[in-house]
Amino acid sequence: MLDEAVPATTVGVPRPAPPPHPWRTRLYRWDVKGSPYAYIAPFFLCFAAFGLFPLIYTAWVSLHSVDLQTSDQLQWRGFGNYTRLLHDDLFWNALRNTFTIGVMSTVPQLLMALGLAHLLNYRLRGRTFLRIAMLAPYATSIAAATLVFSLLFGRDYGMINWLLGQVGIGHIDWEAGTWSSQIAVSTIVTWRWTGYNALIYLAAMQAVPHDLYEAAALDGASRWQQFRHVTVPAIRPTVLFTVLVSTIGATQLFGEPLLFGGSTGHSGGSAHQYQTLGLYLYDQGWYSFHLGRAAAVAWTMLLLLLAIGAVNLAFARYRRAKEGS
Amino acid sequence: MTTPATPATPATQATPAVPSGPATAAHRPRPRARARTGARGLHGAGPLTYAILVLVAFVSLFPLYWTLVGASTSSTRIAQTPPPLLPGGNLWHNLDIAWNQVHLGQALLNSTVVAGCVTVSTVLFATLAGFAFAKLPFRGRSALLTLVVATMTVPAQLSVIPLYQVMAKLHWTDQLQSVILPNLVAAFGVFFMRQFLAEALPIELVEAARVDGASSLRILRSVVLPIARPGMAVLGMLVFVQSWNDFFWPLIALSQSNPTVQVALAGLGGGSYDSDQAVILTGALLGTAPLLLVFALLGKHIVGGITAGAVKS
Repeated sequence: MLDEAVPATTVGVPRPAPPPHPWRTRLYRWDVKGSPYAYIAPFFLCFAAFGLFPLIYTAWVSLHSVDLQTSDQLQWRGFGNYTRLLHDDLFWNALRNTFTIGVMSTVPQLLMALGLAHLLNYRLRGRTFLRIAMLAPYATSIAAATLVFSLLFGRDYGMINWLLGQVGIGHIDWEAGTWSSQIAVSTIVTWRWTGYNALIYLAAMQAVPHDLYEAAALDGASRWQQFRHVTVPAIRPTVLFTVLVSTIGATQLFGEPLLFGGSTGHSGGSAHQYQTLGLYLYDQGWYSFHLGRAAAVAWTMLLLLLAIGAVNLAFARYRRAKEGS
Repeated sequence: MTTPATPATPATQATPAVPSGPATAAHRPRPRARARTGARGLHGAGPLTYAILVLVAFVSLFPLYWTLVGASTSSTRIAQTPPPLLPGGNLWHNLDIAWNQVHLGQALLNSTVVAGCVTVSTVLFATLAGFAFAKLPFRGRSALLTLVVATMTVPAQLSVIPLYQVMAKLHWTDQLQSVILPNLVAAFGVFFMRQFLAEALPIELVEAARVDGASSLRILRSVVLPIARPGMAVLGMLVFVQSWNDFFWPLIALSQSNPTVQVALAGLGGGSYDSDQAVILTGALLGTAPLLLVFALLGKHIVGGITAGAVKS
């Protein structure tokens, strides 16, 4: 600004050629050095405030007895919340349910997504429509999807029981049984996420070089063999990524079982038959008013996830080592 | 670490002035992508493939269609076997009830405001950070990026309790900022934009702009943002969907008197009203219709964006 004003007032003086003004070069150097940090700062500041601080503070709360209604009064309990957790049958029940529902929703979901992506990767008519149709469940909200499915799974008038009745299978009380209710909840999760994962796999599959398929075809590999020995290994990083993301999602499962149960949702059904860890936490904190216990559940979940992540990582490393040798 | 200004290759210097640069570059990735899709699919699909895909599409869409069917029938008709399969004439009646029972109008407005704010801020900050992580050299870059990815694994449940305490202390519970503020950034967004810009933004453009003496802000505005726009659009849609469908934290932070759509729907299905199933489905329809509408209009771009390289790691 300053050096632009100078030539305007003093006529006749030649405009200085771009000389390396010391303050300018310094400014430039600051700009180059500092701007990356300025660009990542908003993320890290917000994360520190709304992610990291709560993470640590939750650990602090988990060592105390805290009532929901007087949530600023903390009473030291040490590891009492954790030991109580380990002796609570409902906690182990929730852990077991989270695991079984997680397996029942994640495994079929990812396998089907893999197969679907493979099919969508063929030369297809109307492929845009097919892709949009498969992504539509992803755009549906947990609440809407669960409400619809709990009607479809209804005992007396639900469409699924009606269909099963047509082929001679007796009426199932989906909500009451352990397995049946868990299957129902897993179905909702699978319905919502299969298409999304299929599209992610499809993206990875499209990046696989075609020479690989041509070479495999020349060697006489069938389509199935090409899928197994070319496609799957080539997209393994993506598969690992989706496994990790789905595992995290399964560990946190909350909305589907809560709403599937209607008024008994927070306890995961009349006999806790589909109470997940997320529901258990909510039940402890917001129905029994024990925020300290809820915090202990939350941290247990994080430790579980870290353990799963470590196992995943070790497995990936083991595979790589085995292939290397 | 080299400063980005020094290594200017001859090819870089040949690139035209900054303003026209991004326009050409924005088009550059396209033909490559198209060539890939053109060559894609060595095999044509057989009838079995079509049969399976159509079946899956049917299963994907049927619950949505049936929401409409249920929302347009009466509460007596929906509780009969066989269940209704065609839309009836009760839609307006049910809409009227659902609208007045659970503040659905307010809820739709709230969800729009929340998802809008969250989307704008997440996309903006993710683009900034994604650009820095993809193209700017700085000390600690890879460690910080690892940290970003690691934060993705932290479950939402971990932040709920302190956030609830903070919001209660500030008397912000039941107010929209309690739902907006914790979601201003998303690690997934940073990761997504980094992946996108790493591929779509030629480093030469940034270097050329540097050589021309452009400041970082100027580079951001005239080089990065135009190229980042398709990625920002896809991320924006993903974030909007996610924010619109967010459930756990809004359920805790908000009440039925000032809800988002999901919280309102939870109230509708929670047995607090005479669970008129047709009305419940009407609420579900209202809560999903805006997103599905966006999907119907922009689905092609969303799908294209996801398949064009969301997570290629």
